[in-house]
Amino acid sequence: MENILTINNLTKKFGYLTAVKDLSFTINKGNVYGILGPNGSGKSTTLGIVLNVVNKTSGDFHWFDGAINTHEALKKVGAIIERPNFYPYMSAEQNLKLVCKIKGVSEDKIIEKLEVVGLLDRKDSKFKTYSLGMKQRLAIASALLNDPEILILDEPTNGLDPQGIHQIRQIIKEIASQGTTILLASHLLDEVEKVCSHVVVLRKGEKLYSGRVDEMISSHGFFELKSEHSADMIAFLESDARFGKVKTEGDLITAFLNEPFSAQEFNQLMFDNNIVLSHLVKRKESLEEQFLQLTDNLN
Amino acid sequence: MIRLIQLELQKLWLNRTSRVLIFISFILPFTVLVLSSIKINFFGFFTLELGELGIFNFPIIWHITTFFASYFKFFFAIVVVSMIGNEYSNKTLKQNLIDGLSKKEFILSKFYTIVFFSLAATILIGTATFLIGLYYSSYTEASIIIREVEFLLAYFVKLVGFFSLCLFFGMLVKRSAFALAFLVVLYIFEWLFFWGAYEAFGNSDDAFAVKNFLPLESMYKLIDQPIQRIVMTKFPEKTELVYDYAVHWYEIAVVLGWTALFIFLSYRLLKKRDL
Repeated sequence: MENILTINNLTKKFGYLTAVKDLSFTINKGNVYGILGPNGSGKSTTLGIVLNVVNKTSGDFHWFDGAINTHEALKKVGAIIERPNFYPYMSAEQNLKLVCKIKGVSEDKIIEKLEVVGLLDRKDSKFKTYSLGMKQRLAIASALLNDPEILILDEPTNGLDPQGIHQIRQIIKEIASQGTTILLASHLLDEVEKVCSHVVVLRKGEKLYSGRVDEMISSHGFFELKSEHSADMIAFLESDARFGKVKTEGDLITAFLNEPFSAQEFNQLMFDNNIVLSHLVKRKESLEEQFLQLTDNLN
Repeated sequence: MIRLIQLELQKLWLNRTSRVLIFISFILPFTVLVLSSIKINFFGFFTLELGELGIFNFPIIWHITTFFASYFKFFFAIVVVSMIGNEYSNKTLKQNLIDGLSKKEFILSKFYTIVFFSLAATILIGTATFLIGLYYSSYTEASIIIREVEFLLAYFVKLVGFFSLCLFFGMLVKRSAFALAFLVVLYIFEWLFFWGAYEAFGNSDDAFAVKNFLPLESMYKLIDQPIQRIVMTKFPEKTELVYDYAVHWYEIAVVLGWTALFIFLSYRLLKKRDL
């Protein structure tokens, strides 16, 4: 598969503080990646380094198999870092024209991209008159101007109202559906879960996991159960080796699986043991639960 | 190169403050020059015509216009420091780099713009001086006209050098107002240096010789004050007034050296900095 970005043993120190520690991962074409991590885990620093605005301490990275230097590569990348940064005294269209000149692409995509983010009717308004949501959408339009090979988004919904968050997510999903590689840094797990196929999990600058979202922890999921005969059921579950931990919250019993087990088989088994279920749901851990589990394991 | 100048011109031209300042820095010296060249009648009491003093004669006119026009460089200096300060305060410097401008290109786009404006100012002053000279000068032979045009070159180098210094201060402190304050600090520092040198050498000539190598003084020295020269032409018998007002190659070399250093340091500063 075609490599877009390769990072090898990247380290960044700010004085005594190590913001990124010996980080390595690869971004392949066509996937949607999430970089997950709590605040201050080194997400933005990592992106800053590969985007040429933060100097690395050691290690290396290369874009597109190292065929071109970083600033040339960035012309094929679309990126938004934290806050939308534009010239406040220029209109949306003038700002985008400037970006076109920097990237060396023609200006005829401006109208099309403003349309995508729904700002076409405000194209002549000065940037300083925009709301935060509009600014963020303009930033996305700007990042799309060169039809980038990869779109990098750092906390794209930070500080937005619910409508704004929804609009941005909608735009991201549309772009992802067209096959553009996306790298999304966020601490909002449901956001990553909704759009990403792969994740890199960081904590205190160290990589905890990188790979597919659904393989993040080796888990076979769990059953959520309710029954009139809960005491019998708990006793049964605890004696069966196919089940690990059994948790009781009120009348809801959660049983974690040690090996694959379908809900249908389980229901049959219970019935054969004279335990009638009133509630049965088989679930996998949400990304949030997986993430907390992953970060807790190391505490 | 054209692309980098275009980029910077768009940034400057669409900003009303810098547009006004650029306008002033071009129009004001031009207006002063034209106004001073016309005959002013003070309500019939007396008439003032600077032309009669002989200051619009070739070749001294080159010296006079470039000397006085260079004071208007402060307007464009504000533009230079604010074009750096704004990039930092709007965080557009970061965005420019992310969009694919290299740090080198960023500095070059500022430097090219400085050269572009200095060149435009030089051409404008050169043309105006030439026309006013043709009109007033007692001597209009080609050989006399082109004598001392090197003041134009000195004017150009002086502008480029001074704006490069402003660019460096802008990069250093990231804020326009502080950068301008730094210019004042440097001015005071150069006089302190002079004072130190005076204490060490015991005479002001040697102390000036040292001070002439410092940035602001070396730029000032490119075009010496012409007042003494005007007086000199009026009283040719007073030999104690004679001084060296010519533009020397080594004076230009010193300023070019500073220019190169300031641009290089600006680049180094940006390269080392985490944004």
